Amino acid sequence: MHLTEIEKDILEILAQDARRTPAQIALMLGAEVSKVQEAIKELEDARVVVAYPALINWDKSQAESVEAVIEVRVTPMKGYGFDAIAEQIMEFPEVENVYLMSGAYDLLLFVRAKTLKELAMFVAERLAPIENVISTATHFMLKRYKISGITMDKHEDKRQAVSQ
Amino acid sequence: MNYDSVISRTVAQIPPSGIRKFFDVVATMPGAISLGVGEPDFVTPNHIRESAIRSIRSGETHYSSNWGLIELRRAINRYQEQRFGISYNPDNEIIVTVGASEGIDLALRCVIEPGDEVLVPEPSYVSYQPVVTLSGGVAVPVPTCEEKCFKIDKETVSSLITKKTKAIILPYPNNPTGAIMTREELTEIADAIRDHDIIAISDEIYCELTYGGLTHTAFASIPGMWERTVTLNGFSKAFAMTGWRMGYLCAPKELAAMMCKIHQYTALCAPIMGQHAALAALEDGFNDDFADVTHMRKIYDQRRRIMVEGFRSMGFTVFEPLGAFYSFPNISSLGYSSEEFATRLLKSQLVVTVPGTAFGKSGEGYVRCCYATSTDLIFEALDRMQNFVNAEKTAGA
Repeated sequence: MHLTEIEKDILEILAQDARRTPAQIALMLGAEVSKVQEAIKELEDARVVVAYPALINWDKSQAESVEAVIEVRVTPMKGYGFDAIAEQIMEFPEVENVYLMSGAYDLLLFVRAKTLKELAMFVAERLAPIENVISTATHFMLKRYKISGITMDKHEDKRQAVSQ
Repeated sequence: MNYDSVISRTVAQIPPSGIRKFFDVVATMPGAISLGVGEPDFVTPNHIRESAIRSIRSGETHYSSNWGLIELRRAINRYQEQRFGISYNPDNEIIVTVGASEGIDLALRCVIEPGDEVLVPEPSYVSYQPVVTLSGGVAVPVPTCEEKCFKIDKETVSSLITKKTKAIILPYPNNPTGAIMTREELTEIADAIRDHDIIAISDEIYCELTYGGLTHTAFASIPGMWERTVTLNGFSKAFAMTGWRMGYLCAPKELAAMMCKIHQYTALCAPIMGQHAALAALEDGFNDDFADVTHMRKIYDQRRRIMVEGFRSMGFTVFEPLGAFYSFPNISSLGYSSEEFATRLLKSQLVVTVPGTAFGKSGEGYVRCCYATSTDLIFEALDRMQNFVNAEKTAGA
Protein backbone atom coordinates (compact mmCIF):
# COMPACT_ATOMS: atom_id res chain seq x y z
CA MET A 1 0.00 0.00 0.00
CA HIS A 2 1.44 3.35 -1.02
CA LEU A 3 1.00 5.77 1.90
CA THR A 4 -0.26 9.32 1.47
CA GLU A 5 1.05 12.12 3.71
CA ILE A 6 -2.01 12.04 5.94
CA GLU A 7 -1.78 8.26 6.28
CA LYS A 8 1.86 8.56 7.35
CA ASP A 9 0.92 11.20 9.91
CA ILE A 10 -1.93 9.07 11.24
CA LEU A 11 0.36 6.07 11.62
CA GLU A 12 2.89 8.15 13.53
CA ILE A 13 0.21 9.36 15.93
CA LEU A 14 -1.35 5.91 16.44
CA ALA A 15 2.07 4.32 16.96
CA GLN A 16 2.49 6.67 19.91
CA ASP A 17 -1.03 6.26 21.29
CA ALA A 18 -3.57 3.88 19.76
CA ARG A 19 -6.36 5.44 21.82
CA ARG A 20 -6.32 8.74 19.92
CA THR A 21 -9.78 9.15 18.44
CA PRO A 22 -10.36 10.12 14.80
CA ALA A 23 -11.65 13.47 16.08
CA GLN A 24 -8.46 14.10 18.05
CA ILE A 25 -6.26 13.04 15.15
CA ALA A 26 -8.21 15.27 12.78
CA LEU A 27 -7.70 18.17 15.16
CA MET A 28 -3.98 17.50 15.47
CA LEU A 29 -3.50 17.33 11.71
CA GLY A 30 -5.92 20.06 10.73
CA ALA A 31 -7.88 17.54 8.65
CA GLU A 32 -11.56 16.64 8.39
CA VAL A 33 -12.74 13.91 10.75
CA SER A 34 -14.36 11.97 7.89
CA LYS A 35 -11.07 11.97 5.96
CA VAL A 36 -9.23 10.60 8.99
CA GLN A 37 -11.89 7.93 9.53
CA GLU A 38 -11.64 6.87 5.89
CA ALA A 39 -7.86 6.73 6.03
CA ILE A 40 -7.88 4.61 9.19
CA LYS A 41 -10.41 2.25 7.63
CA GLU A 42 -8.21 1.82 4.57
CA LEU A 43 -5.13 1.23 6.71
CA GLU A 44 -7.02 -1.41 8.67
CA ASP A 45 -8.43 -3.07 5.55
CA ALA A 46 -4.96 -3.29 4.05
CA ARG A 47 -3.75 -4.65 7.40
CA VAL A 48 -1.17 -1.90 7.66
CA VAL A 49 -2.82 -1.22 11.01
CA VAL A 50 -3.27 -4.73 12.35
CA ALA A 51 -4.50 -4.30 15.92
CA TYR A 52 -4.52 -1.89 18.87
CA PRO A 53 -2.95 -3.75 21.80
CA ALA A 54 -1.69 -2.10 24.97
CA LEU A 55 2.05 -1.99 25.52
CA ILE A 56 2.54 -3.90 28.75
CA ASN A 57 5.64 -3.95 30.88
CA TRP A 58 5.27 -7.41 32.47
CA ASP A 59 8.30 -6.67 34.66
CA LYS A 60 6.13 -4.29 36.63
CA SER A 61 3.28 -6.74 37.05
CA GLN A 62 3.23 -9.38 39.76
CA ALA A 63 2.15 -11.90 37.12
CA GLU A 64 4.28 -14.99 37.00
CA SER A 65 5.98 -14.72 33.67
CA VAL A 66 9.26 -15.50 32.03
CA GLU A 67 10.22 -14.46 28.53
CA ALA A 68 12.94 -15.66 26.19
CA VAL A 69 14.21 -14.88 22.75
CA ILE A 70 14.98 -17.99 20.74
CA GLU A 71 17.13 -18.15 17.65
CA VAL A 72 16.06 -21.06 15.46
CA ARG A 73 17.97 -22.52 12.54
CA VAL A 74 15.73 -24.47 10.18
CA THR A 75 15.86 -26.25 6.86
CA PRO A 76 13.44 -24.53 4.50
CA MET A 77 10.78 -26.85 3.10
CA LYS A 78 10.85 -27.50 -0.59
CA GLY A 79 8.18 -25.44 -2.33
CA TYR A 80 7.19 -23.54 0.86
CA GLY A 81 10.46 -21.94 1.96
CA PHE A 82 10.37 -20.75 5.55
CA ASP A 83 6.67 -19.86 5.65
CA ALA A 84 5.35 -23.34 6.37
CA ILE A 85 7.64 -23.89 9.32
CA ALA A 86 7.02 -20.39 10.65
CA GLU A 87 3.29 -21.04 10.49
CA GLN A 88 3.73 -24.28 12.36
CA ILE A 89 5.74 -22.56 15.11
CA MET A 90 3.38 -19.62 15.53
CA GLU A 91 0.55 -22.00 16.38
CA PHE A 92 2.08 -22.50 19.83
CA PRO A 93 0.35 -20.16 22.29
CA GLU A 94 3.66 -19.50 24.09
CA VAL A 95 5.09 -17.91 20.96
CA GLU A 96 4.34 -14.19 20.86
CA ASN A 97 6.53 -12.90 18.03
CA VAL A 98 7.99 -14.66 15.02
CA TYR A 99 10.40 -13.01 12.61
CA LEU A 100 12.32 -14.34 9.61
CA MET A 101 15.89 -13.07 9.86
CA SER A 102 18.93 -12.75 7.70
CA GLY A 103 22.27 -13.92 9.10
CA ALA A 104 23.40 -16.70 11.39
CA TYR A 105 19.93 -18.11 12.10
CA ASP A 106 16.58 -18.10 10.34
CA LEU A 107 13.69 -17.52 12.74
CA LEU A 108 13.63 -15.34 15.83
CA LEU A 109 10.94 -16.12 18.38
CA PHE A 110 9.74 -14.26 21.46
CA VAL A 111 8.32 -16.83 23.81
CA ARG A 112 6.54 -16.36 27.12
CA ALA A 113 5.73 -18.97 29.75
CA LYS A 114 4.83 -18.96 33.43
CA THR A 115 8.04 -20.48 34.71
CA LEU A 116 11.58 -21.08 33.62
CA LYS A 117 10.92 -24.81 33.63
CA GLU A 118 7.82 -24.49 31.49
CA LEU A 119 9.73 -22.46 28.96
CA ALA A 120 12.64 -24.89 28.91
CA MET A 121 10.24 -27.80 28.42
CA PHE A 122 8.57 -25.96 25.55
CA VAL A 123 11.91 -25.73 23.75
CA ALA A 124 13.00 -29.25 24.58
CA GLU A 125 9.74 -31.07 23.98
CA ARG A 126 7.89 -29.09 21.36
CA LEU A 127 10.14 -26.70 19.45
CA ALA A 128 13.39 -28.61 19.07
CA PRO A 129 11.80 -31.91 17.95
CA ILE A 130 10.05 -30.28 14.97
CA GLU A 131 11.29 -31.76 11.75
CA ASN A 132 13.37 -29.17 9.84
CA VAL A 133 14.48 -27.44 13.07
CA ILE A 134 18.23 -27.82 13.05
CA SER A 135 19.11 -26.01 16.25
CA THR A 136 17.85 -23.54 18.83
CA ALA A 137 19.57 -20.98 21.07
CA THR A 138 17.53 -19.65 23.97
CA HIS A 139 18.24 -16.31 25.67
CA PHE A 140 16.24 -15.32 28.72
CA MET A 141 15.07 -11.76 28.91
CA LEU A 142 16.08 -9.92 32.06
CA LYS A 143 14.66 -6.44 31.75
CA ARG A 144 12.71 -4.34 29.28
CA TYR A 145 13.97 -0.81 28.63
CA LYS A 146 12.23 0.22 25.44
CA ILE A 147 9.64 -1.43 23.22
CA SER A 148 8.39 -0.13 19.87
CA GLY A 149 10.01 3.23 20.45
CA ILE A 150 8.48 3.69 23.89
CA THR A 151 10.59 3.69 27.04
CA MET A 152 9.37 1.72 30.03
CA ASP A 153 10.30 4.33 32.61
CA LYS A 154 8.11 7.39 32.82
CA HIS A 155 9.69 10.40 31.20
CA GLU A 156 10.53 12.78 33.98
CA ASP A 157 9.91 16.42 33.16
CA LYS A 158 13.00 18.14 34.46
CA ARG A 159 11.89 21.65 33.60
CA GLN A 160 11.05 24.44 36.01
CA ALA A 161 7.25 24.67 36.28
CA VAL A 162 7.27 28.29 35.20
CA SER A 163 9.91 29.98 33.11
CA GLN A 164 10.40 32.97 30.88
CA MET B 1 24.41 47.12 57.39
CA ASN B 2 22.05 49.44 55.61
CA TYR B 3 21.65 47.64 52.33
CA ASP B 4 19.40 50.37 50.94
CA SER B 5 22.35 52.70 51.00
CA VAL B 6 24.53 50.41 48.93
CA ILE B 7 22.13 48.88 46.45
CA SER B 8 21.79 50.80 43.20
CA ARG B 9 18.48 52.60 43.02
CA THR B 10 18.03 51.52 39.43
CA VAL B 11 18.33 47.87 40.37
CA ALA B 12 16.15 48.23 43.45
CA GLN B 13 13.38 49.84 41.42
CA ILE B 14 13.20 47.18 38.73
CA PRO B 15 10.23 44.94 39.54
CA PRO B 16 11.01 41.23 39.79
CA SER B 17 9.74 39.24 36.83
CA GLY B 18 6.00 38.54 37.05
CA ILE B 19 6.87 35.02 36.01
CA ARG B 20 9.16 34.57 38.96
CA LYS B 21 6.43 35.75 41.31
CA PHE B 22 4.07 33.13 39.95
CA PHE B 23 6.73 30.49 40.15
CA ASP B 24 6.86 30.88 43.91
CA VAL B 25 3.13 30.19 44.15
CA VAL B 26 3.37 27.13 41.89
CA ALA B 27 6.26 25.71 43.89
CA THR B 28 3.84 25.07 46.75
CA MET B 29 1.37 23.11 44.61
CA PRO B 30 2.49 19.60 43.71
CA GLY B 31 0.57 17.76 41.01
CA ALA B 32 -0.09 20.84 38.93
CA ILE B 33 0.04 20.58 35.13
CA SER B 34 2.23 23.34 33.88
CA LEU B 35 1.50 25.32 30.76
CA GLY B 36 3.76 27.95 32.25
CA VAL B 37 7.09 26.84 30.89
CA GLY B 38 9.04 28.74 28.29
CA GLU B 39 11.15 25.96 26.83
CA PRO B 40 10.83 22.81 24.73
CA ASP B 41 9.81 19.58 26.44
CA PHE B 42 12.14 17.70 24.09
CA VAL B 43 15.53 16.83 25.49
CA THR B 44 18.49 18.02 23.38
CA PRO B 45 18.88 15.49 20.51
CA ASN B 46 21.30 12.75 21.49
CA HIS B 47 23.88 13.36 18.75
CA ILE B 48 24.30 16.91 20.03
CA ARG B 49 24.76 15.76 23.63
CA GLU B 50 27.26 13.13 22.51
CA SER B 51 29.31 15.72 20.63
CA ALA B 52 29.62 17.81 23.78
CA ILE B 53 30.66 14.76 25.78
CA ARG B 54 33.29 13.86 23.16
CA SER B 55 34.66 17.39 23.27
CA ILE B 56 35.01 17.22 27.05
CA ARG B 57 36.73 13.82 26.83
CA SER B 58 39.20 15.14 24.32
CA GLY B 59 40.15 17.97 26.63
CA GLU B 60 38.29 20.87 25.01
CA THR B 61 38.00 22.72 28.28
CA HIS B 62 39.66 26.07 27.64
CA TYR B 63 38.57 29.59 26.81
CA SER B 64 37.70 30.14 23.19
CA SER B 65 38.23 33.40 21.37
CA ASN B 66 35.99 36.12 22.81
CA TRP B 67 33.99 35.90 19.61
CA GLY B 68 33.52 32.14 19.96
CA LEU B 69 34.98 29.20 18.05
CA ILE B 70 35.68 30.27 14.49
CA GLU B 71 34.24 26.95 13.17
CA LEU B 72 31.00 27.72 14.98
CA ARG B 73 30.89 31.29 13.66
CA ARG B 74 31.41 29.99 10.13
CA ALA B 75 28.60 27.49 10.63
CA ILE B 76 26.33 30.23 11.99
CA ASN B 77 27.01 32.34 8.92
CA ARG B 78 26.28 29.39 6.63
CA TYR B 79 23.05 28.72 8.52
CA GLN B 80 21.89 32.34 8.32
CA GLU B 81 22.73 32.46 4.62
CA GLN B 82 20.99 29.18 3.84
CA ARG B 83 17.89 29.72 5.93
CA PHE B 84 17.31 33.46 5.83
CA GLY B 85 19.47 34.89 3.09
CA ILE B 86 21.65 37.13 5.27
CA SER B 87 25.40 36.85 5.58
CA TYR B 88 28.04 38.08 7.97
CA ASN B 89 31.79 37.93 8.14
CA PRO B 90 32.56 35.16 10.66
CA ASP B 91 35.78 36.97 11.63
CA ASN B 92 34.24 40.14 12.98
CA GLU B 93 30.46 40.21 12.62
CA ILE B 94 29.29 37.25 14.70
CA ILE B 95 29.61 36.86 18.49
CA VAL B 96 28.71 33.65 20.29
CA THR B 97 26.92 34.69 23.49
CA VAL B 98 25.66 33.17 26.73
CA GLY B 99 22.14 32.62 25.44
CA ALA B 100 20.33 35.16 23.29
CA SER B 101 19.69 36.87 26.66
CA GLU B 102 23.28 38.09 26.78
CA GLY B 103 22.81 39.35 23.22
CA ILE B 104 19.90 41.53 24.36
CA ASP B 105 22.12 43.03 27.04
CA LEU B 106 25.07 43.60 24.70
CA ALA B 107 22.96 45.18 21.98
CA LEU B 108 21.18 47.54 24.34
CA ARG B 109 24.26 48.56 26.30
CA CYS B 110 26.12 49.13 23.07
CA VAL B 111 23.74 51.86 21.89
CA ILE B 112 22.05 53.39 24.94
CA GLU B 113 23.19 56.61 26.59
CA PRO B 114 21.34 57.91 29.66
CA GLY B 115 17.83 58.95 28.72
CA ASP B 116 17.82 57.32 25.29
CA GLU B 117 14.57 55.70 24.27
CA VAL B 118 14.04 52.17 23.02
CA LEU B 119 10.79 51.09 21.40
CA VAL B 120 9.64 47.80 22.92
CA PRO B 121 6.57 46.03 21.49
CA GLU B 122 4.15 44.81 24.13
CA PRO B 123 3.32 42.16 25.19
CA SER B 124 6.75 40.67 24.75
CA TYR B 125 9.54 38.78 26.46
CA VAL B 126 10.05 39.86 30.05
CA SER B 127 13.63 41.05 29.90
CA TYR B 128 13.65 43.78 27.25
CA GLN B 129 12.24 46.57 29.41
CA PRO B 130 14.35 45.83 32.53
CA VAL B 131 17.54 45.61 30.48
CA VAL B 132 16.75 48.93 28.80
CA THR B 133 16.34 50.42 32.28
CA LEU B 134 19.55 48.83 33.55
CA SER B 135 21.36 50.32 30.57
CA GLY B 136 20.16 53.79 31.58
CA GLY B 137 17.58 54.01 28.83
CA VAL B 138 13.84 54.51 28.78
CA ALA B 139 11.65 51.73 27.41
CA VAL B 140 8.81 53.10 25.30
CA PRO B 141 6.12 50.44 24.93
CA VAL B 142 4.64 49.86 21.48
CA PRO B 143 1.31 48.34 22.43
CA THR B 144 -0.08 45.60 20.21
CA CYS B 145 -3.53 44.07 20.29
CA GLU B 146 -5.40 40.94 19.37
CA GLU B 147 -7.47 42.78 16.72
CA LYS B 148 -4.26 43.54 14.85
CA CYS B 149 -2.83 40.07 15.43
CA PHE B 150 -0.34 41.40 18.00
CA LYS B 151 1.75 42.94 15.23
CA ILE B 152 3.32 46.38 15.35
CA ASP B 153 2.52 48.79 12.52
CA LYS B 154 4.23 51.64 10.76
CA GLU B 155 1.90 54.39 12.03
CA THR B 156 2.30 53.51 15.69
CA VAL B 157 6.05 53.10 15.41
CA SER B 158 6.42 56.39 13.52
CA SER B 159 4.33 58.23 16.09
CA LEU B 160 6.57 57.02 18.93
CA ILE B 161 9.90 57.92 17.33
CA THR B 162 11.55 60.96 18.93
CA LYS B 163 15.01 62.51 18.74
CA LYS B 164 15.97 60.30 21.65
CA THR B 165 14.95 57.01 20.02
CA LYS B 166 18.02 54.85 19.66
CA ALA B 167 16.64 51.41 18.97
CA ILE B 168 13.58 49.31 18.35
CA ILE B 169 13.19 45.73 19.51
CA LEU B 170 11.60 43.33 17.02
CA PRO B 171 10.53 40.26 19.00
CA TYR B 172 9.08 38.01 16.28
CA PRO B 173 8.04 35.19 16.34
CA ASN B 174 6.70 36.49 19.60
CA ASN B 175 6.75 35.21 23.14
CA PRO B 176 4.03 35.30 24.58
CA THR B 177 1.51 35.92 21.77
CA GLY B 178 2.76 33.59 19.02
CA ALA B 179 2.50 36.45 16.52
CA ILE B 180 4.83 36.61 13.55
CA MET B 181 5.52 39.42 11.07
CA THR B 182 5.58 38.78 7.31
CA ARG B 183 8.17 40.25 4.95
CA GLU B 184 5.65 42.87 3.79
CA GLU B 185 4.81 43.91 7.34
CA LEU B 186 8.47 44.10 8.31
CA THR B 187 9.13 46.23 5.23
CA GLU B 188 6.57 48.72 6.55
CA ILE B 189 8.45 48.88 9.85
CA ALA B 190 11.69 49.28 7.91
CA ASP B 191 10.15 52.29 6.15
CA ALA B 192 9.31 53.83 9.50
CA ILE B 193 12.88 53.73 10.77
CA ARG B 194 14.81 54.02 7.49
CA ASP B 195 15.35 57.78 7.70
CA HIS B 196 16.41 57.80 11.34
CA ASP B 197 19.58 56.61 13.05
CA ILE B 198 17.76 53.83 14.84
CA ILE B 199 19.15 50.35 15.42
CA ALA B 200 16.81 47.38 15.06
CA ILE B 201 17.42 44.66 17.63
CA SER B 202 15.72 41.68 16.06
CA ASP B 203 15.25 38.81 18.49
CA GLU B 204 14.78 35.82 16.20
CA ILE B 205 15.23 33.03 18.73
CA TYR B 206 11.96 31.37 17.60
CA CYS B 207 12.79 31.67 13.89
CA GLU B 208 12.53 27.91 13.28
CA LEU B 209 9.11 27.63 14.88
CA THR B 210 6.56 28.99 12.42
CA TYR B 211 3.42 27.21 11.29
CA GLY B 212 0.67 27.24 8.72
CA GLY B 213 3.12 27.10 5.82
CA LEU B 214 4.65 30.44 6.82
CA THR B 215 8.38 30.91 7.17
CA HIS B 216 10.41 33.40 9.11
CA THR B 217 11.79 36.57 7.56
CA ALA B 218 15.02 37.93 9.03
CA PHE B 219 14.72 41.68 9.50
CA ALA B 220 18.28 42.16 8.21
CA SER B 221 17.16 40.68 4.88
CA ILE B 222 14.84 43.64 4.23
CA PRO B 223 16.61 45.99 1.79
CA GLY B 224 18.56 48.66 3.67
CA MET B 225 18.13 47.04 7.08
CA TRP B 226 21.28 44.87 7.31
CA GLU B 227 23.45 47.88 8.19
CA ARG B 228 21.25 48.83 11.14
CA THR B 229 20.19 45.46 12.50
CA VAL B 230 21.54 43.41 15.36
CA THR B 231 20.18 39.90 14.77
CA LEU B 232 19.83 37.90 17.98
CA ASN B 233 19.48 34.18 17.85
CA GLY B 234 20.51 30.98 19.59
CA PHE B 235 20.13 27.25 19.92
CA SER B 236 17.66 27.05 22.82
CA LYS B 237 14.34 26.82 21.04
CA ALA B 238 15.15 25.30 17.66
CA PHE B 239 17.45 22.58 19.00
CA ALA B 240 15.94 22.16 22.48
CA MET B 241 19.13 23.44 24.12
CA THR B 242 17.84 25.93 26.69
CA GLY B 243 20.06 24.86 29.58
CA TRP B 244 23.21 25.06 27.48
CA ARG B 245 22.87 28.85 27.30
CA MET B 246 24.08 29.08 23.72
CA GLY B 247 23.16 32.17 21.76
CA TYR B 248 24.73 34.43 19.20
CA LEU B 249 24.37 37.81 17.61
CA CYS B 250 25.14 39.02 14.12
CA ALA B 251 25.77 42.67 13.35
CA PRO B 252 27.81 44.93 11.09
CA LYS B 253 31.45 44.97 12.19
CA GLU B 254 31.30 48.53 13.57
CA LEU B 255 28.62 47.44 16.07
CA ALA B 256 30.00 43.95 16.65
CA ALA B 257 33.39 45.33 17.69
CA MET B 258 31.74 47.47 20.37
CA MET B 259 29.51 44.66 21.64
CA CYS B 260 32.49 42.33 21.77
CA LYS B 261 34.21 44.76 24.12
CA ILE B 262 31.35 44.45 26.61
CA HIS B 263 31.24 40.69 26.11
CA GLN B 264 34.98 40.24 26.67
CA TYR B 265 34.91 42.16 29.93
CA THR B 266 31.77 40.51 31.29
CA ALA B 267 31.37 36.99 29.91
CA LEU B 268 34.79 36.51 28.26
CA CYS B 269 33.40 33.76 26.08
CA ALA B 270 30.46 31.37 25.94
CA PRO B 271 31.04 27.97 27.61
CA ILE B 272 33.23 25.85 25.37
CA MET B 273 31.30 22.57 25.73
CA GLY B 274 28.14 24.36 24.69
CA GLN B 275 29.93 25.77 21.68
CA HIS B 276 30.91 22.28 20.56
CA ALA B 277 27.34 21.10 21.05
CA ALA B 278 26.05 24.05 19.00
CA LEU B 279 28.53 23.31 16.26
CA ALA B 280 27.27 19.71 16.12
CA ALA B 281 23.66 20.94 15.98
CA LEU B 282 24.41 23.01 12.90
CA GLU B 283 26.76 20.61 11.12
CA ASP B 284 24.43 17.66 11.56
CA GLY B 285 21.58 19.92 10.50
CA PHE B 286 23.34 20.79 7.24
CA ASN B 287 23.70 17.06 6.57
CA ASP B 288 20.13 15.98 7.26
CA ASP B 289 18.31 19.21 6.39
CA PHE B 290 17.58 19.85 10.07
CA ALA B 291 15.48 16.72 10.51
CA ASP B 292 15.25 17.11 14.31
CA VAL B 293 13.97 20.65 13.98
CA THR B 294 11.43 19.57 11.36
CA HIS B 295 10.22 16.76 13.61
CA MET B 296 9.82 19.00 16.66
CA ARG B 297 8.04 21.68 14.61
CA LYS B 298 5.57 19.09 13.33
CA ILE B 299 4.74 17.90 16.84
CA TYR B 300 4.39 21.48 18.14
CA ASP B 301 2.04 22.23 15.26
CA GLN B 302 -0.24 19.32 16.25
CA ARG B 303 -0.33 20.50 19.85
CA ARG B 304 -0.93 24.09 18.74
CA ARG B 305 -4.11 23.04 16.95
CA ILE B 306 -5.33 21.08 19.97
CA MET B 307 -4.78 24.01 22.29
CA VAL B 308 -6.31 26.71 20.12
CA GLU B 309 -9.40 24.59 19.43
CA GLY B 310 -9.64 23.78 23.15
CA PHE B 311 -9.80 27.47 24.08
CA ARG B 312 -12.32 28.20 21.34
CA SER B 313 -14.60 25.46 22.56
CA MET B 314 -14.44 26.97 26.06
CA GLY B 315 -15.88 30.12 24.56
CA PHE B 316 -12.71 32.22 24.67
CA THR B 317 -11.57 34.21 21.71
CA VAL B 318 -8.07 33.19 20.82
CA PHE B 319 -5.67 34.64 18.31
CA GLU B 320 -4.22 31.91 16.13
CA PRO B 321 -0.54 31.73 17.01
CA LEU B 322 1.69 31.24 13.97
CA GLY B 323 5.06 31.12 15.68
CA ALA B 324 6.94 30.10 18.84
CA PHE B 325 5.08 27.63 21.10
CA TYR B 326 2.57 29.69 23.00
CA SER B 327 -1.14 30.34 22.79
CA PHE B 328 -2.44 33.58 24.28
CA PRO B 329 -6.19 33.20 24.84
CA ASN B 330 -8.34 36.16 25.78
CA ILE B 331 -9.85 35.17 29.11
CA SER B 332 -11.39 38.56 29.94
CA SER B 333 -14.96 37.30 29.33
CA LEU B 334 -14.89 35.63 32.75
CA GLY B 335 -14.44 39.02 34.36
CA TYR B 336 -11.15 38.38 36.08
CA SER B 337 -7.83 40.08 35.62
CA SER B 338 -5.10 37.90 34.13
CA GLU B 339 -3.52 37.40 37.50
CA GLU B 340 -6.80 36.54 39.22
CA PHE B 341 -7.67 34.10 36.45
CA ALA B 342 -4.30 32.37 36.62
CA THR B 343 -4.38 32.19 40.41
CA ARG B 344 -7.94 30.83 40.58
CA LEU B 345 -7.30 28.32 37.81
CA LEU B 346 -4.21 27.10 39.58
CA LYS B 347 -5.91 26.79 42.94
CA SER B 348 -9.08 25.10 41.74
CA GLN B 349 -7.79 22.90 38.90
CA LEU B 350 -4.03 22.77 39.35
CA VAL B 351 -3.23 24.14 35.91
CA VAL B 352 -0.38 26.61 35.61
CA THR B 353 -0.65 29.48 33.13
CA VAL B 354 1.25 32.75 33.11
CA PRO B 355 -0.73 36.01 33.51
CA GLY B 356 -0.41 38.11 30.34
CA THR B 357 0.56 41.11 32.44
CA ALA B 358 3.94 39.48 33.13
CA PHE B 359 4.70 40.55 29.54
CA GLY B 360 3.55 44.15 29.84
CA LYS B 361 0.37 46.07 30.54
CA SER B 362 -1.16 45.22 27.18
CA GLY B 363 -1.12 41.58 28.24
CA GLU B 364 -4.02 42.28 30.60
CA GLY B 365 -6.97 40.01 29.83
CA TYR B 366 -4.79 37.18 28.52
CA VAL B 367 -2.80 34.25 29.85
CA ARG B 368 0.18 32.58 28.21
CA CYS B 369 -0.16 28.85 27.71
CA CYS B 370 2.79 26.90 26.40
CA TYR B 371 2.11 23.93 24.14
CA ALA B 372 5.63 22.56 24.41
CA THR B 373 4.32 19.83 26.64
CA SER B 374 3.02 16.33 25.97
CA THR B 375 -0.18 15.88 23.99
CA ASP B 376 -1.75 13.92 26.85
CA LEU B 377 -1.03 16.67 29.35
CA ILE B 378 -2.41 19.30 26.99
CA PHE B 379 -5.68 17.37 26.63
CA GLU B 380 -5.80 16.93 30.41
CA ALA B 381 -5.06 20.60 31.08
CA LEU B 382 -7.76 21.66 28.62
CA ASP B 383 -10.29 19.35 30.32
CA ARG B 384 -9.44 20.91 33.66
CA MET B 385 -9.73 24.41 32.25
CA GLN B 386 -13.11 23.52 30.77
CA ASN B 387 -14.21 22.40 34.25
CA PHE B 388 -13.01 25.69 35.65
CA VAL B 389 -14.89 27.69 33.02
CA ASN B 390 -18.06 25.63 33.55
CA ALA B 391 -17.89 26.14 37.31
CA GLU B 392 -17.32 29.87 36.91
CA LYS B 393 -20.23 30.21 34.52
CA THR B 394 -22.53 28.25 36.82
CA ALA B 395 -21.46 30.36 39.78
CA GLY B 396 -22.00 33.53 37.79
CA ALA B 397 -25.41 32.53 36.41
